[in-house]
Amino acid sequence: MSAPNKTYDPVEVSALSDEAVASARDAAVAAIAAAPDLDALKAVRVEHAGDRSPLALANREIGALPPAAKAEAGKRVGQARAAVKRALEEREVVLAAERDERVLVEEAVDVTLPVDRRPRGARHPLTTLMERIEDVFLAMGYEIAEGPEVETEWHNFDALNIAPDHPARSMQDTFFVGSPDSGVVLRTHTSPVQVRSMLQRPLPIYVICPGRVYRTDELDATHTPVFHQVEGLVVDEGITMGDLKGTLDHFASAMFGAGIVTRLRPSYFPFTEPSAEVDLQCFVCRGASVGDPHRPCRTCSSEGWIEWGGCGMVNPRVLAACGIDTQRYTGFAFGMGIERTLMFRHGVTDMRDMVEGDARFTLAFGTEV
Amino acid sequence: MRAPLSWIRRYAPVPADQAGRDVAARLIAAGLEVETVHVLGADVTGPLVVGRVLSVEELTEFRKPIRYCRVAVGPGNGEVVDGAVTDERGIICGASNFMAGDLVVVALPGAVLPGGFAIGSRETYGRLSDGMITSERELGLGDDHAGIIVLPAGSAEPGDSGYEVLGLGDEVLDIAVTPDRGYALSIRGIAREVATAYDLPFDDPALVDPEALLPAPSGDAPHGCSISDPSAADRFVLRSIAGLDPSAPSPQWMRRALVACGMRPVSLAVDVTNYVMLELGQPLHAFDRAKLRGPLTVRRAAAGEVLETLDHTKRALDPEDVVIADPSGPLAVAGIMGGLDSEIDDASHAVAIEAVHFSPVAIARGSRRHRLSSEASRRFERGVDPALPAVASARAAALLIELGGATYVGVSRVDVVPAATPLRIPVDLPARVSGLAISGERALARLEAVGAAVVADGDALVVTPPPWRPDLTDPYDLVEEVVRLEGYQHLPSTMPHTRAGYGLTAGQRLRRRVGRALAASGLVEVLSYPFVGVGDLDALGVPADDPRRELVRLANPISDEAPFLRTTLLPGLVAAARRNLSRGAADLALAEVGPVFRGAHVGTHPEPPRPSVAGRPSDEDVAALHDLLPDQPRHVAGLLTGERDRAGWWGGGRRADWSDALAVVRELAEELGVAIEVASAALLPWHPGRCAAVSVAGTVIGHAGELHPRVVEALDLPPRTVAFELDLDALLAEVPATAAGPTISTMPVAKEDLAVVVAADVPAERVRAALLRGGGALLESVRLFDTYEGAQVGEGRRSLAFALRMRAPDRTLSAAEVAEVREAALAAAQAECGAVLRT
Repeated sequence: MSAPNKTYDPVEVSALSDEAVASARDAAVAAIAAAPDLDALKAVRVEHAGDRSPLALANREIGALPPAAKAEAGKRVGQARAAVKRALEEREVVLAAERDERVLVEEAVDVTLPVDRRPRGARHPLTTLMERIEDVFLAMGYEIAEGPEVETEWHNFDALNIAPDHPARSMQDTFFVGSPDSGVVLRTHTSPVQVRSMLQRPLPIYVICPGRVYRTDELDATHTPVFHQVEGLVVDEGITMGDLKGTLDHFASAMFGAGIVTRLRPSYFPFTEPSAEVDLQCFVCRGASVGDPHRPCRTCSSEGWIEWGGCGMVNPRVLAACGIDTQRYTGFAFGMGIERTLMFRHGVTDMRDMVEGDARFTLAFGTEV
Repeated sequence: MRAPLSWIRRYAPVPADQAGRDVAARLIAAGLEVETVHVLGADVTGPLVVGRVLSVEELTEFRKPIRYCRVAVGPGNGEVVDGAVTDERGIICGASNFMAGDLVVVALPGAVLPGGFAIGSRETYGRLSDGMITSERELGLGDDHAGIIVLPAGSAEPGDSGYEVLGLGDEVLDIAVTPDRGYALSIRGIAREVATAYDLPFDDPALVDPEALLPAPSGDAPHGCSISDPSAADRFVLRSIAGLDPSAPSPQWMRRALVACGMRPVSLAVDVTNYVMLELGQPLHAFDRAKLRGPLTVRRAAAGEVLETLDHTKRALDPEDVVIADPSGPLAVAGIMGGLDSEIDDASHAVAIEAVHFSPVAIARGSRRHRLSSEASRRFERGVDPALPAVASARAAALLIELGGATYVGVSRVDVVPAATPLRIPVDLPARVSGLAISGERALARLEAVGAAVVADGDALVVTPPPWRPDLTDPYDLVEEVVRLEGYQHLPSTMPHTRAGYGLTAGQRLRRRVGRALAASGLVEVLSYPFVGVGDLDALGVPADDPRRELVRLANPISDEAPFLRTTLLPGLVAAARRNLSRGAADLALAEVGPVFRGAHVGTHPEPPRPSVAGRPSDEDVAALHDLLPDQPRHVAGLLTGERDRAGWWGGGRRADWSDALAVVRELAEELGVAIEVASAALLPWHPGRCAAVSVAGTVIGHAGELHPRVVEALDLPPRTVAFELDLDALLAEVPATAAGPTISTMPVAKEDLAVVVAADVPAERVRAALLRGGGALLESVRLFDTYEGAQVGEGRRSLAFALRMRAPDRTLSAAEVAEVREAALAAAQAECGAVLRT
């Protein structure tokens, strides 16, 4: 540091001269502009804006000036330092951008590389289809009823008005447990769950009964001894066949598209009277293929309708066997095969694919059907 | 039941513009399931004429019998000789069931037969074959290829249209008859439905005085009959005829009708009984009186009796079987099939025609017992009109008299048919049940249309169902009749006023969640058959006294290899895994959720309870029924093999090991919010050193780990295959009803690592639990991040490194507090597990 100045002549402090300050500033700005990258800029910063840079040193000299000279010298040095600082900031922005651009380019990857480190899982389409159906009825206020797969003959047949000599009770159709006289079978339909519902639940009853059932068929493309059904049961005051039709129509719309309806044809089941077959309007051609050889429909074989299931008004004998007042209550019931529904809804041609557990089959459906 | 439209039209005057398809649509709407409408000879075109065989020349130089026939085919149809058209042709034929003089059906050149088979003149076997003598099969009429069609003598002239003679062009409706509609197994029943559907008058062929069909009895004694067991039959009519010409042929119209209905013409007597059965629905049986040893009776078989039936099968009879017998023994399995010994043959002159109304249940049982279903049994099982025996037997006798030159001897009959009891239904019941506006008058008219006698009585209808409708026993049966005739297509589409529901139960929600969690863990769901054999358990190494051997047995399994129901899900998963592997898969993660069945006693109850269905069973009855059933808990199981994490551009893969099986279990438990405890265990089929017992609330609910190497080998699975199986119901039972929400501290966490050395057989989880307990409330979590065994810690010892996270709810922990927690945790591990700080 120079000795205190008695006379006012800032120029005598050479480091604070106009020329010196301007030269230091220009040298700094030039070095900043010449810095090729952020590392070089860092060195420039130390050299030209650090504690030992010419401008920083000049700044210290200000204290030695007489008070009258301090302001002017301070202003001069301060402007120069500000200019350097600004140049540094601007250059840093430019260099950082350049660096980012370079690095991001260098770090680019091929995003089409496979990323399947963990193989995917899936739920069986029969399961998800059943849940889908359940959801349709849950939305209508129904509840889901369940029952055992090994079932008593009383629940599976007797209570459903299936007489002891009905052909369904023969060994050609029904799996018997232990012996044919044991009173225990593998349930042949989910209808025993209806019986259980009527015995256990308070009236009115609105339930849907999905589940696995058994018949002594050999496995082939369109039969399997173990399959799934979903049945519905309603018992309430004033229930009509019209209510059955309306419910099935809504079910069809929810599953197959707005406006798809059902058709009932008279039929026979011991546990319903009157009984009907349920046909589903073809959801692919909506009947347009009927009689038009130029537009054949594989889904409905150009029939316009697809056989879907059975239904009817609950036979009062069944209600009576469950202790329900047949004068006051009527009911309806319906049932569909899930495998069959999966076949025509998704174009599955061989039922064996559903039972063999080939992962490729199940994975093809994703998690929602 | 196949019903030719021409036959239906005889009793129901369907308008001429209505084709088979139109009639079928009406019948379907009325509840008869018409499966197909088939046009007889639909694929036959071109000239088809009747021919008379003039001469037959056997050509013997070929390897099979070949005939050169000269056939008269009518004026203008013959070959051209010297520029003039003759009336005969030469035709080569390979069949030999005809002779000179027979009438045959000839396809002339230009005709095309089914399959696009064009008939022409061609040189064959050294002769010019100028047409074809046809068989039923070649014309697409039936499967009978016994030989060419020989028309009855005198039934046509050469040159007559073959189409007309054979009834080609007639439409045949094939109807699948439901068990309640036995009457529809007849032209009579179907024509009645057609008439009703078209609102036409029905000309009932059974509505005649049977005796008026016949000449006066000869005065000789008719063959006698009786009913020994009224529970087996309640009406027996036996008509005797004599002087039948056994060689008399069936007329062409009858043969045509039988063929159209899918039956094969045999002989006049047999054809007549079949024809009348098809027409009216009453099965008949014709006995050769010369072979009978006395009067016929309906009785139950005696133990030890044997009968050889028409299908040449010797049948041991059951004391429950109903038979037609003469004093020498059984002659027919009643209502099902006749016996060989009393069969009509080509020397039968005196014939007894049996028409019985059997008990449907008796016939159904017999048919099932003998695994024998016949045209007769199908009808009797479903119920035949009890009014028919008299008229059907009379119609058959009249036809044999007319066509076979027989004379009428007379009739014997027994009759114990009870009178029909009328039903009473509220007049508005059809409307109330259907939702259709059906007036009382309309309901009454509909019931009369099905043949019931109906009387209005105030607010009720008193209905006596017709005898051909034994299925109409309840008021709702009558509702169906009214509504189906109104037409189901007119039903309104309304919605019931559903009550408010409660949605899924907790268990149902959780099971859906389990399914999704398994899929999220990378497992693919399979749905296996639950059938297993002892071999499946042997392969898994299941010990003899293991509860998994308490198998429920099926009486009639699909396969004798798998006669039991599963007690574990693993066999199904193994089978699915092997199938996938055999189809080229290498990396598999499969899961199944489903019930298992346990209870060796199930199905052995000597007298299982069968409560009445007249009313609600008592609670005791319901409980007794439930006692018949096995435990059926739901299980969840999985099997993993191959790479769990795939190899790829990122580096090597990782094969599934014991820990992956356990990881799936942990993920499942965490998804459900259930705390599980894991301990090492030894249970086959798992590796004794790599098997974890999984417990909740102190109870073991399943196992997970690597499969035993011996089991893996026995099952031909890849080495190191891993699996888990849990009792899902037990797991779900521990899911908290409502999870308590945590209080989250926002204070900074203090992290400390701590390595301790313990004996190598001390489970890591025990150490972790001790640390956690010892650390107290401020110790937020303890996680093991490394293990080490080796020289640095000494033989038989193991180092376990844990990451500790500490936090207070209300302040930043001081260094002293952190040290205090750490020391407390270590002290507990020392005390409980002998752990020492690794230095």
